[in-house]
Amino acid sequence: MSLSIKDHEIDIVIGALRSDLTSFMSEWRPIFSRFHLIIVKDPDLKEELKIPEGFNLDVYKKPDIDCVVGTSTSTIFSGYSCRYFGYLVSRKKYIISVDDDCYPAKDNKGILVDAVAQHITNLTTPATPFFFNTLYDPFTEGADFVRGYPFSLRSGVQCALSCGLWLNLAHYDAPTQALKPEERNSRYVDAVLTVPARSLMPISGINIAFNQEVIGPALLPSLRLGGEGKFRWETMEDIWSGMCVKVACDHLGLGVKTGMPYVWRNDRGDAIASLRKEWEGVKLMEEVVPFFQSVRLPREATTTEDCVAEVANVVKEQLGSKDPIFARAAKAMVDWVMLWKSVGSSTSSPGA
Amino acid sequence: MAEPATATQAAAPAVALLKDELDIVIPTIRNLDFLEMWRPFFQPYHLIIVQDGDPSKTIKVPEGFDYELYNRNDINRILGPKASCISFKDSACRCFGYMVSKKKYIFTIDDDCFVAKDPSGKAINALEQHIKNLLSPSTPFFFNTLYDPFREGADFVRGYPFSLREGVPTAASHGLWLNIPDYDAPTQLVKPLERNTRYVDAVLTIPKGTLFPMCGMNLAFNRELIGPAMYFGLMGDGQPIGRYDDMWAGWCTKVICDHLGLGVKTGLPYIFHSKASNPFVNLRKEYKGIYWQEEIIPFFQQAVLPKDCTTVPKCYIELAKQVKEKLSKVDPYFDKLADAMVTWIEAWDELNPIGPVPNGKAA
Repeated sequence: MSLSIKDHEIDIVIGALRSDLTSFMSEWRPIFSRFHLIIVKDPDLKEELKIPEGFNLDVYKKPDIDCVVGTSTSTIFSGYSCRYFGYLVSRKKYIISVDDDCYPAKDNKGILVDAVAQHITNLTTPATPFFFNTLYDPFTEGADFVRGYPFSLRSGVQCALSCGLWLNLAHYDAPTQALKPEERNSRYVDAVLTVPARSLMPISGINIAFNQEVIGPALLPSLRLGGEGKFRWETMEDIWSGMCVKVACDHLGLGVKTGMPYVWRNDRGDAIASLRKEWEGVKLMEEVVPFFQSVRLPREATTTEDCVAEVANVVKEQLGSKDPIFARAAKAMVDWVMLWKSVGSSTSSPGA
Repeated sequence: MAEPATATQAAAPAVALLKDELDIVIPTIRNLDFLEMWRPFFQPYHLIIVQDGDPSKTIKVPEGFDYELYNRNDINRILGPKASCISFKDSACRCFGYMVSKKKYIFTIDDDCFVAKDPSGKAINALEQHIKNLLSPSTPFFFNTLYDPFREGADFVRGYPFSLREGVPTAASHGLWLNIPDYDAPTQLVKPLERNTRYVDAVLTIPKGTLFPMCGMNLAFNRELIGPAMYFGLMGDGQPIGRYDDMWAGWCTKVICDHLGLGVKTGLPYIFHSKASNPFVNLRKEYKGIYWQEEIIPFFQQAVLPKDCTTVPKCYIELAKQVKEKLSKVDPYFDKLADAMVTWIEAWDELNPIGPVPNGKAA
């Protein structure tokens, strides 16, 4: 971990969709215990949370959420979106967020991966979105920029988002997992790389970290499937949010990295049962991807809030009439910016 | 510390994929001893050896390889005045091998590249991996976070549109290097001892609209799809620049691939790069390039090819035109280079007079 980053600059936000977090917290204890944790209980979860002792944490449940944002607004934090409440109330610069069915992974040498340290390294070393480095992250030990990489681009840009990966249960959609029920991701790819500018990708919410000061408002709950459920296969909220983040980062000259760290994702759920629910999401992506690829933000959008508001506008204009889900998402994005301004950390600093 | 595999470790594959459809092009000025180590993997294939430097020197090819060899005299004889587009005293001359080949696929490798080992200690059949990369689709329109979805044990992740899952044809496969990394001279001078020991077990498609610095040390491509774009420029003797041959070809290739909807992959396979070239010599060769690339990169990033450029040669001629228009002011070298690019296409057409070749659709 970078020596210059203090533990108190970091919040670890966990959305609890399961009540018994004992094994989850115990497994992560060696890595998490130094840090402040924010645990947000899915407002729909009825059972009491079981959390082991010995952590420095704040737990938010439905009454707390209602108190902060009002009962009518608190519905936006149902299910996997509960983590966004944690992002909203955090006052730290760096936020690391993993799903509650993920555990520390081991690397190729059998050593436990300190996902927090790797995410922080990713966020505190520059990203290089304007030209692809064939040796991947040039700032990692033992690597550098290759021949032909322009020197003017070697200082890179600030990294706003770090997207980690998953061993075992990969981030597949329901049809893919249903077709290949036995397939598990066992390939540990020892790399971090910057996602090139203007290249979009499906960012999953399972294992991410971000610089809240710089990009906070763009991680938002807005696209909610009609049949959204309590398995990742039954949501699209993170994919949508990720598209907003990438578009904002590209516009503001910020970087997004992908690759390490890995977490170990436990088997959970039945892909075939989720098929029917996810079909809606699969269909929507056919619209969502070309849409985001075409979005161009105006020069006047100089902060993340501006970017989110602009994207919301364009969503409403171009996608609103195609499916009411988009109209609702656009409204949710606008509401989110207002909520962020009133409840969240002070306004994000203008992009680089 | 990375080590190359020994000759006995490399076991020949049961089936030599694309045996009669692929040529291995090797530029050389010294000798071809390195082929001994590659024998189990290369022997089934036809080699095209392009001998650079003094044509009166005899390059010994190890027994048992099927090959054709061209030296400067041959190049002059075959191309006549058009031979001016082929570099002399630089490994850029290898592109002559692409031109004379009659095969669908090309694999090119430097003579100081040996068989590498994967983390389990197994010898890597680089050629086989390149072929796998070329025969499976690329996915340039949307980034897959689990890298190449067509590799065993991987797939497209949640959120990847199904309409994009067929991918596009792969035009080029760019491999990497363990041991001596492909650094420029300044980096070599600052970090003379740095060795690449990181084996990154991934192949990925370079997204559309993104440029990269292509290295010719370990490269394969579909000659029918992209061959004419793989011109390695004017380098070496009588030229103000060196060590920019492969990168120039890479930038042209990527712009054209993006325009025609073709894919470029990078990552596996690794080879073991054994010889570090002299950084002071390199610095002198690269010096101008280090300044020029600040203009060259934006040029390629902004290059737009018109819709009616639907074949690679048409795209390439158009690029040559734009090089002349926009880069000549950087240095008269680019004027010469633009002319050489046109000469290259003329020579290519002469040596490859067959009818229209399959190509992608213009973007």
